[in-house]
Amino acid sequence: MFGSSKKTIELAEAVNEQAVVGRSLWRDAYDRFTSNKAAMVCVATLGCIVLFTLAGPFFAVWDNETIDWTAMGDVRGLGAPSVESGHFFGVDDLGRDLYSRVIQATTTSLLVGLIGAAMALIVGTLYGIVAGYLGGRIDGLMMRFVDILLAIPSTLVIILLLVVAGRSFIMLFVALGAVSWLSMARIVRGQTLTLKNRDFIEAARAAGVGEFTIMIRHILPNLLGVVIVYASLLVPEMILAESFISFLGLGISEPYTSLGALIAEGAGTMAYGTLWQLLFPLFFYVTIIITMFFIGDGLRDALDPKDR
Amino acid sequence: MLGYSIRRLLAAIPTLLLLIAASFVLIQVAPGGPFTSERPLPPQVLANIEARYGLDQPMWKQFWDYLYNIVFHFDFGPSFKFKDRDVNDIIAQGFPISLTYGFLSFLAATSVGVTLGVAAAIRHNTWIDYFAVSLGIAAQALPNFIMGPILILVFTLYLGWLPGGGWNGGAWPYLIMPVIALSTSYMGSIARITRSSMLEVLNSNYIRTARAKGIPERQIIWKHAMKPTLLPVVSYLGPVFVYVLTGSVFVDIYFSTGGLGQAYVGSALSRDYSVLLGVTILYGGLTVLVNLITDLAYAWFDPKIRY
Amino acid sequence: MALFSVRDLNVSFTTQDGMIDAVKGVSFDIEAGDCLGIVGESGSGKSQTFMAAMGLMPKNGLATGSVQLMGREMLNVSIPELNSLRGRDISMIFQDPLTALTPHLKIVNQMEEVLRSHQGLSGRDAEKVALGWLDKVQIPEAKRRLDQYPHELSGGMRQRVMIAMAMLCNPKVLIADEPTTALDVTVQAEILDLMVGLQKEEGTAIALITHDMGVVARMCRDVHVMRHGEFVESGSVDEIFSAPKKDYTKSLLTAMPRLDSDDAPHAVAADAETLLNVDDVMVHFPIKQGRGLFSGTVLLKAVNGVSFDLRAGETLGVVGESGCGKSTLARAVLQLIPPTAGAVTWLGQDLVGLTSHALKSRRKDLQIVFQDPLASLDPRMTISASIAEPLRTFRPELTLAERKIEVAEMMERVGLDARMVNRYPHELSGGQNQRVGIARAMINRPKLVICDEAVSALDVSIQAQILMLLKGLQDDIGMAMIFISHDLSVVRAVSNRVMVLYLGRVVEMADRDALYDEPRHPYTKSLISAVPIPDPHLERTRQRLRIPGELPSPLDPKAALRFIPSRLTSDAAYQPRLKEVSSGHFVEEHDPLETLLDRPA
Repeated sequence: MFGSSKKTIELAEAVNEQAVVGRSLWRDAYDRFTSNKAAMVCVATLGCIVLFTLAGPFFAVWDNETIDWTAMGDVRGLGAPSVESGHFFGVDDLGRDLYSRVIQATTTSLLVGLIGAAMALIVGTLYGIVAGYLGGRIDGLMMRFVDILLAIPSTLVIILLLVVAGRSFIMLFVALGAVSWLSMARIVRGQTLTLKNRDFIEAARAAGVGEFTIMIRHILPNLLGVVIVYASLLVPEMILAESFISFLGLGISEPYTSLGALIAEGAGTMAYGTLWQLLFPLFFYVTIIITMFFIGDGLRDALDPKDR
Repeated sequence: MLGYSIRRLLAAIPTLLLLIAASFVLIQVAPGGPFTSERPLPPQVLANIEARYGLDQPMWKQFWDYLYNIVFHFDFGPSFKFKDRDVNDIIAQGFPISLTYGFLSFLAATSVGVTLGVAAAIRHNTWIDYFAVSLGIAAQALPNFIMGPILILVFTLYLGWLPGGGWNGGAWPYLIMPVIALSTSYMGSIARITRSSMLEVLNSNYIRTARAKGIPERQIIWKHAMKPTLLPVVSYLGPVFVYVLTGSVFVDIYFSTGGLGQAYVGSALSRDYSVLLGVTILYGGLTVLVNLITDLAYAWFDPKIRY
Repeated sequence: MALFSVRDLNVSFTTQDGMIDAVKGVSFDIEAGDCLGIVGESGSGKSQTFMAAMGLMPKNGLATGSVQLMGREMLNVSIPELNSLRGRDISMIFQDPLTALTPHLKIVNQMEEVLRSHQGLSGRDAEKVALGWLDKVQIPEAKRRLDQYPHELSGGMRQRVMIAMAMLCNPKVLIADEPTTALDVTVQAEILDLMVGLQKEEGTAIALITHDMGVVARMCRDVHVMRHGEFVESGSVDEIFSAPKKDYTKSLLTAMPRLDSDDAPHAVAADAETLLNVDDVMVHFPIKQGRGLFSGTVLLKAVNGVSFDLRAGETLGVVGESGCGKSTLARAVLQLIPPTAGAVTWLGQDLVGLTSHALKSRRKDLQIVFQDPLASLDPRMTISASIAEPLRTFRPELTLAERKIEVAEMMERVGLDARMVNRYPHELSGGQNQRVGIARAMINRPKLVICDEAVSALDVSIQAQILMLLKGLQDDIGMAMIFISHDLSVVRAVSNRVMVLYLGRVVEMADRDALYDEPRHPYTKSLISAVPIPDPHLERTRQRLRIPGELPSPLDPKAALRFIPSRLTSDAAYQPRLKEVSSGHFVEEHDPLETLLDRPA
């Protein structure tokens, strides 16, 4: 009807060869992010820290459990950071090498942050999409449930859970995950609602695309932007929450530690002049949090610019 | 407005009930009771103790009695660990302290945060803006348990200006550090939210109209921009209040102020379930109340939501 | 010395893609009492010119040159200096009255602050002046309105308030930036008449920025045609319209469909079968209303009994103002919104109540093109993926290569360069995106296409192209079309038959020529008389038909009786019936026109 078949086949072939590559929104966001100097510096910094946790153990002289009896007797003097004694960061109050402990603590904190955020992301996103897309009564019920849970102060819940079920790695993740998926679910549901009413979803429906296919093909990719931004903000929050709990003595149990626990210990011995016990873990902690905040900000600016 | 308030109040009640029930159930299913300890007690003694605390009743009756006591007598029951004290006593002792510095921290965080955010937005892309944003981010990275040790390090150990702990009836040298430690990180987040909200408002069409009318800029900021700016801030303030409450747990422990936080963690570790339950319900109830207030404030700010 | 004088104005913006020059060296004067029209399409720089003059540019804008009001320089001066002129000697009103008023301040406060800043009036004195102006702009119940918030007023009333607010200090110059674009046709006519009246009484000079040549023909004395930041042609309104010199001006004038042009749409085959039968369809939405502890529900009758037929190859135009239910009707026909009552029969089968699976197979032949081209495309999908989606749904047997061929073919047909297959919607213009939407709708050769305000968001010249495209496709594929629009001229250009909707009911339906040449229903008459015609002489000598009163709310149960008020007293729930007054020409019952015109508002 619009010309002979042969002509259109030739046309299609020509098109494939000469087609211009489009500039997708992801590409735009990537460009914006990489041109954000502050964010890129933070990515580099964070990368260095990760490198440190991976490569650091190769340089360690002491492991993180062994007690150095000589240093323990005179923590203030012999336990100070020095290169000769092999205690690059000094020793803690029990004579254990702080360098290795800091590496182990940083790894723990980063893991907790990432895994906790990942769990919250998956659970929260699924819950939010289902609630937002189904709408109506089911949505109302699901969100009422979330609201009630949100009314309970999260730290109390975490403490409660940990006390009730005992302290272990698994329990820590469960407890953290149990409170953090809530706000993610709320945000994803809100975004789903907004998307659901957009014209292109109605267009897809009018074109006969099935509901489930619409959810996967159209809504999910458009949600990713928001999800990424809030997930990146979740990571420092997880680390914060875990550190807070460890500080209270309810977190990871020995011999594993996290930055929160180390800071607690360091804060306890501040008055005795062993400042390195506080400052080293503090430095790593603050650096990680600040870099993550900047990265999260950068991601938000990249994925959701208002000047479009 | 009145109808809206009443409806929201009514909706808050089931939330509260659910909260109490959930906490109650959670504690019941926990392994170990308040009286399991290293020394096994003879069964007769155990039975007597349980009878005294009403633990031998079926669960639903325990729950019902508990609820009844709370609603009609405001009585949270006896403490399991301290034989001569009621939960009410413990709460009455610690709560005013937590509330005092908690409220002051909330006030400080809000006022400083909003001021900083507005100043940054008005002077967008000047050094004030960059300074405020950096300050905000730095502050957010310094939560209470980080600020605490740093403050004591500087002000008590090095400078010797302020006492390192205690309450002393709330005299101001004992108040300052807890308040700063508790409020700093929220100051940062409130500042950033205020700033981005105001930037968005200042770009809106009605601000453009106001400028076209030749109204002085300061009047535009105060009369036209403030209320819409504060709208998202207000809805954030609800959770902030809750964070301040829970953060007070740390302050109590670290600064030994004798507030409720110490009682809470202590009861958690010693399995004094009635105290644990009482404090959880108290904090939960406060949260619900604050959320209600925030919702009402939100409606006051935005005339379109008056229903 | 001219009242308002612009010399060599340059406006540029710093963006991520570099410096963009929006206005390039523009110079013009406005004399006292003059009405100057600045006409151009989107991106021409017409708004930016005056934003710069009033000091309302965004932070990344840079303006050079000179703008003088009564000899005082306005460009790049300090804010306090600017504020002594803005709102007092020169005022501006904007396009979208809803977002242009501060939502949380009462009307009285927003008006009073102008008087306080510039004339030192406040309290009772200010209120009196404000009331006086509200009366002058013909707002009913002015005293009550003062105490209300902007969202409690209708669009037309908000714009009147804006005009009153702008005139409070009797400015010498009033700048109107697309003041009526967001308003209904009848409301637009009233606002324009109001402005003409004000100009005569107060002697204010008006600078009217618009894209609508008809509005220019009605209001303006002198005209500048603007394109890409420069003036293309300037002259008196008669010169421009009767003897345009530049090609661009000519193309602007000819592109617009006119009410009085005499082209004919293609004819429908005499033996064409009836494809679609819509019988007494109703769509009612329950709305929560009421304050206090208990809220009741009221029914919003968006569509309240509409019936029509559609034959193969025929185009039915659906016309009405906002709230008339035309978009809801379209969605009810396609079962995107389930009708509350009535039957929709497609090819002999009732669509209402079909399972979604059964419905899906019908959708192949029932397609829709939306109003906002960018919003109707998934921003994360390439345009070829969007166009290919109906193929994936209905012809799953096609291979990837075969799909690509079909898509390329369709793109060429709708006028898109096939090499753009991998582009994303945000990289294309509005017109190009609408072509994508049309390609997507047509790729399965549907039997019925509904165009829901498909050209309303486009520039005039692009509108013309898209209309031609639609007509061409209809000739090729032979589909039936339902063309929904608020723009009577556009509807006239494409339709065989036209249906006029008012508050969810059909008030008149007839063949195209019959409706436009001999309208019967008062509403149709007022609609037609309100559309501006791009011919200054015709436009200024026309009789304006104005039915008193505002468009009532669809929730008002008496709304249906607006044109038959004689029944109000006898039977307030009466539903006027549709009567056939001559072959194929249906009109709803109404009172005679004279009776309606005599009623108070």
